[in-house]
Amino acid sequence: MSEEQIRSLEKQFEERIARDEKIEPKDWMPEKYRKTHIRQMSQHAHSEIVGMLPEGNWITRAPSLRRKVALLAKVQDEAGHGLYLYSATETLGISRDEMYEQLHTGKAKYSSIFNYPTITWADMGAIGWLVDGAAIINQVPLCNTSYGPYARAMIRVCKEESFHQRQGFEIMMKLANGTSEQKDMAQDALNRWWWPSLMMLGPTDDVSVHTAQSMKWKLKRKSNDDLRQQFIDQTVPQAELIGLTIPDPDLKWNEERGSYDFGEIDWDEFWQVVKGHGPMNKERMKARVGAWEEGEWVRDAAMAHAEKKQTRKEKQAV
Amino acid sequence: MKDNLYNYLLGIADNSLILGQRMGELCGHGPSLETDIACTNISLDLFGQVRSYFQYAAKIAGDGRTEDDIAMLRKEREYKNVLLVEQPNTNFAYTIGRQFLFDVYHLAFLSELQKSKDLTLSAIANKCIKEVSYHERFSSDWVKRLGDGTEESKGKMQEAINDLWTYTDELFHQTKVDKAMVIEGIGVDVTKLKESYYRQVSELLEEATLQIPESKYFQKGGKEGIHTEHLGYILAELQYMQRAYPNMEW
Amino acid sequence: MSTKNWPLWEIFVRSKNGLEHRHCGSLHAADAEMALENARDVYTRRNEGVSIWVVESKNITASNPENNGELFEPAQDKVYRHPTFYDLPDEVKHM
Repeated sequence: MSEEQIRSLEKQFEERIARDEKIEPKDWMPEKYRKTHIRQMSQHAHSEIVGMLPEGNWITRAPSLRRKVALLAKVQDEAGHGLYLYSATETLGISRDEMYEQLHTGKAKYSSIFNYPTITWADMGAIGWLVDGAAIINQVPLCNTSYGPYARAMIRVCKEESFHQRQGFEIMMKLANGTSEQKDMAQDALNRWWWPSLMMLGPTDDVSVHTAQSMKWKLKRKSNDDLRQQFIDQTVPQAELIGLTIPDPDLKWNEERGSYDFGEIDWDEFWQVVKGHGPMNKERMKARVGAWEEGEWVRDAAMAHAEKKQTRKEKQAV
Repeated sequence: MKDNLYNYLLGIADNSLILGQRMGELCGHGPSLETDIACTNISLDLFGQVRSYFQYAAKIAGDGRTEDDIAMLRKEREYKNVLLVEQPNTNFAYTIGRQFLFDVYHLAFLSELQKSKDLTLSAIANKCIKEVSYHERFSSDWVKRLGDGTEESKGKMQEAINDLWTYTDELFHQTKVDKAMVIEGIGVDVTKLKESYYRQVSELLEEATLQIPESKYFQKGGKEGIHTEHLGYILAELQYMQRAYPNMEW
Repeated sequence: MSTKNWPLWEIFVRSKNGLEHRHCGSLHAADAEMALENARDVYTRRNEGVSIWVVESKNITASNPENNGELFEPAQDKVYRHPTFYDLPDEVKHM
């Protein structure tokens, strides 16, 4: 294809997206579109499956049977969501194994928030309430993104995730209304998860590299700073409702803006974790790589068995 | 009679409780995302069963104890599960082997329990049997895959079956409570399930190109509360919150 | 790394009798039986189905969007295939 032809195709492509048409797997797409989508979608999938680990950590210790089944179902959903997203990404011509390889070698990223440890039961509440809360803010607009398989996967994910945040908030509420020990546990969890949750919505707009292009392709509908503000504005009243204190002395309602002003985020900490030096980065990768490597003989056995079965069937047919 | 029924319920429920706990350990660590989701489903089914049994047990006890008190606040010797279900997830072959050896029993047990004179119990059995039919299908398929897969998987599956075999006989051991419940027409006479169990298991193992273990030495004790060393650690996790923060609501 | 990976399968679920099977996503499985079981566990956890079809993805032949013009555009002006093409007096109801 000549450069001119490509430019014309690109122009038509951008026009289709601007008209809100969806792009489907076999459609022509610019290489950059494909690559950007593979990066963002696989990162999203990786976040789901690495995200199973901090919560999975408390399944055996959940304080009641009701909490246990809810947590199990939630962590299972995360596996499901990882699966939907990997499948959607595979339509762009990369296999799940290749994506795993990128995750395991550190080439692909996942959400940094999962590199923090879950040290008390209240962390299950804080993750559901804050981390899923922030995730929903990010995800809902993606139900309308330009790449069809991604949009469809996100519709499914968002529908299923609607119970996740409630599950977390209910845990927090119960703790906050409980004994002083329980209340302390809830406040401590909020103290530890608040700032990482704000960071989860991404670097500030002035340093965010992908925003303009992503907006055009509807991979993003609002800037990181806008999303962060939205998250803060909706979460602060929820904390007040259950009598917990947001750990930010600078947090103040700004009448003029109709929003909360908030304190400085420690971006050094954010970049340290992103670069692989958070409290749990190594543990998380060790767990994922371990599961994958220990599972290899199982996956191989299933393939070998399937082939034997197929051969037997063919022989019978002769 | 009331005590017997209460204890009988614990015996049934503890199997699901401890096996559910074992399956729950795996969430996020399985060989593929698809198997993670499947194993979690089994765990969820089992905990659902546990809740039905313990809610009924709490009603029978009638002393204010809840399903969680019964599940999490007993002492080691008061858990009545069979030794098989508390065995660890040494590798995926052990997980599947344990599941399979229990599922075949569980399914036969529940189909008898459906005939119980106790209507609550038969209703619970009626609901659980569909779940357990699927468990049995899932675990049998995987025994076949691993048995008749690669050399490596065959070796691992055989080793797991050999090791777990010693815990199978206990499934058919009757406690005093079991006997009393059989006489009442409430409980299942597990001794009658034994022959078809070993026949069914053997057929499947053969299909999976595995050897049927010949060992005649069996372990028992779980039903009387005498467990392997594994149970203490399972309970340490299961009970942690209830023990560390007593008398609170979650 | 494994020499052979589990192939990809496309999953179709009928949500209730009377409705058609609809494509709901894909997953990996070593064989058709496993694909069915996995589909049950992955795509019907919330009571979404009463029947499942699985098809290995490589067995699907898809039309090429490059041919969309010749394949689909010719149908656009065949308005006589639609009832609104025909004029009827207002007095005729229910036709």
